[in-house]
Amino acid sequence: MTNLGQSVYYGKSSREVYGMALLELAASDERIVALTADVPDSVRFTKFRELWPERFFDFGIAEQNMMSAAAGLARSGKLPYVSVYAIFATLRAIEQARTDIAYPNLPVKIIVTHSGISLGPGGPTHHCIEDLAIYRSIANMTVAVPADGVETAEIVRLSHSLSGPLYVRLSREAEPAVYQREGVFSFGKSRQLRLGADLTIIACGAPVGRALEAAESLSSQGIQAGVIDMATIKPIDSQAILEAARLTRRILTVEEHTIVGGLGSAVAEILAESGSAARLTRLGIPDEFTLAAPYASLVAHYGLDERGIENAAKKALQERIGD
Amino acid sequence: MREYSLIQLEQLALEYRERVIHLAQEHAFGVHLGGSLSLAEIFISLYFHIARVDPANPSWLERDRIVLSKGHGNVGLLTVLAMRGFFPTERFKSFNQLGSYLSMHADAHVPGVEHSAGSLGHGLSVSIGMALAARLDRQPWQIYCILGDGESMEGSVWEALMSAGHFRLDNLTALIDRNNLSQESRTQQAMDLEPLAAKGQAFNWQVHDVNGHSLSELIAAFVAPHPAKPKLIIAHTRKARGVPSHEDQIKSHFAHLTPEQADAALAVISRERQQLSLEPS
Repeated sequence: MTNLGQSVYYGKSSREVYGMALLELAASDERIVALTADVPDSVRFTKFRELWPERFFDFGIAEQNMMSAAAGLARSGKLPYVSVYAIFATLRAIEQARTDIAYPNLPVKIIVTHSGISLGPGGPTHHCIEDLAIYRSIANMTVAVPADGVETAEIVRLSHSLSGPLYVRLSREAEPAVYQREGVFSFGKSRQLRLGADLTIIACGAPVGRALEAAESLSSQGIQAGVIDMATIKPIDSQAILEAARLTRRILTVEEHTIVGGLGSAVAEILAESGSAARLTRLGIPDEFTLAAPYASLVAHYGLDERGIENAAKKALQERIGD
Repeated sequence: MREYSLIQLEQLALEYRERVIHLAQEHAFGVHLGGSLSLAEIFISLYFHIARVDPANPSWLERDRIVLSKGHGNVGLLTVLAMRGFFPTERFKSFNQLGSYLSMHADAHVPGVEHSAGSLGHGLSVSIGMALAARLDRQPWQIYCILGDGESMEGSVWEALMSAGHFRLDNLTALIDRNNLSQESRTQQAMDLEPLAAKGQAFNWQVHDVNGHSLSELIAAFVAPHPAKPKLIIAHTRKARGVPSHEDQIKSHFAHLTPEQADAALAVISRERQQLSLEPS
């Protein structure tokens, strides 16, 4: 059965879609160049390299050099897309990203894969649960986490017109499909996917789809949970957060990231400064190093699957709201 | 661009040193004296003879790019940019003041500055990006990157050296200001960099070893063709050259000069200027 208007990216993972959507952009703008550090296939640059070998640069296993070179290319009129595993863009080459790219506000798009715990058995050396905290603390940076393939396509397309630097966090594993059609995405604007009077789940990335399923299950138990896709972590949609706080007074944030400094913290900052009497629960990786195991096992272990989100929501409903 | 004779370039190098000494005397907070003075002839040869730059149009697309990677040489960079006409010398009044981009480390908000530097080991990689862009666009412009020898202890410098050789960047020249001193050590003591020239060759660079205070040697090295390879110039220099109280000393890295120290340094310049006037032009 065909669905009229369904995106060609429907049901595809963010990583697959990135590779495809970048081809569309690159075909229309020859200033676009692609940079990686020995992982062109992993970040889905294979086809790009085949089509435009002269616009593709592999720096070998040397992320710092790659990141600064992206700045040099951008200073010379190119539009670089830099893609490696999240961990190396964040913790290996962060100073280059900060000082050479963000400080001069250069149009370099750092679009990373294998984020969070998505390279499950890779363990803590390959997991990256700190990137949102780090990148969102850097001035001039826009930080985004698409929920699925369709949203990835929207973000990649829009990245072209962004005049400053951008960090986009993609998973290694396919996310549950959230969007059927491509809509109008804008940085800094979240999307309310489901309304609910009892609490609001604010999520980013793969947890968005799982939150929708959790909300469905909660609904059958008489609990009405709203779901917001907070795809932009910076600038964050404070209006949507405050509106959710006003309507439901209970917010549950869900992210595949440490609870220190990521989506949950960004939401906490908005709530705390607003004086709003809302109760926030942050669901994410606790403040500890992750374990190595298959992705699905880890997701369940940290309570980031549908069941975990559902349980966290029920627990949040037990919590008292202060006056 | 105006053509300068070798003697005129020598005179400009003296003026550069004079200006840096005045700045070191005027600023009680101190300036990066030593590493700015080791760059005197390097900057003068680049900005007044070698590189195609246009002070009236600092972002001219076809300009040569001069990237100061050792951002601590900024007092020297600002000095040569002012001498070349990128901004009026009066702007030095705002040096280190709130709201000014003229400060300790190179900042690309200043006309003529290509890269904000200070954190070491970034500039050569940025230069590689520029060189790749020029090659992609079949642009003739050249990239000149100036590194410190202390800076060359950074691992990212060696990533960059390796990749420039790998990419065969024949539009890139890197120069190492080999003054043998880092902030708080003799480089030999902190981390032995030698044999630098052999390392450069092993990384597929064309290597030139020159006296970094000799304009003629510098110019010869800068103009040497380097087909299919990037060029590395190791310029042997002395930190705070010409300042008797500080020359080749660790304390020259960041210093304020007393009036007596400044006078002694200015006297050296005055003697050199006299000698220069005796030479046939």
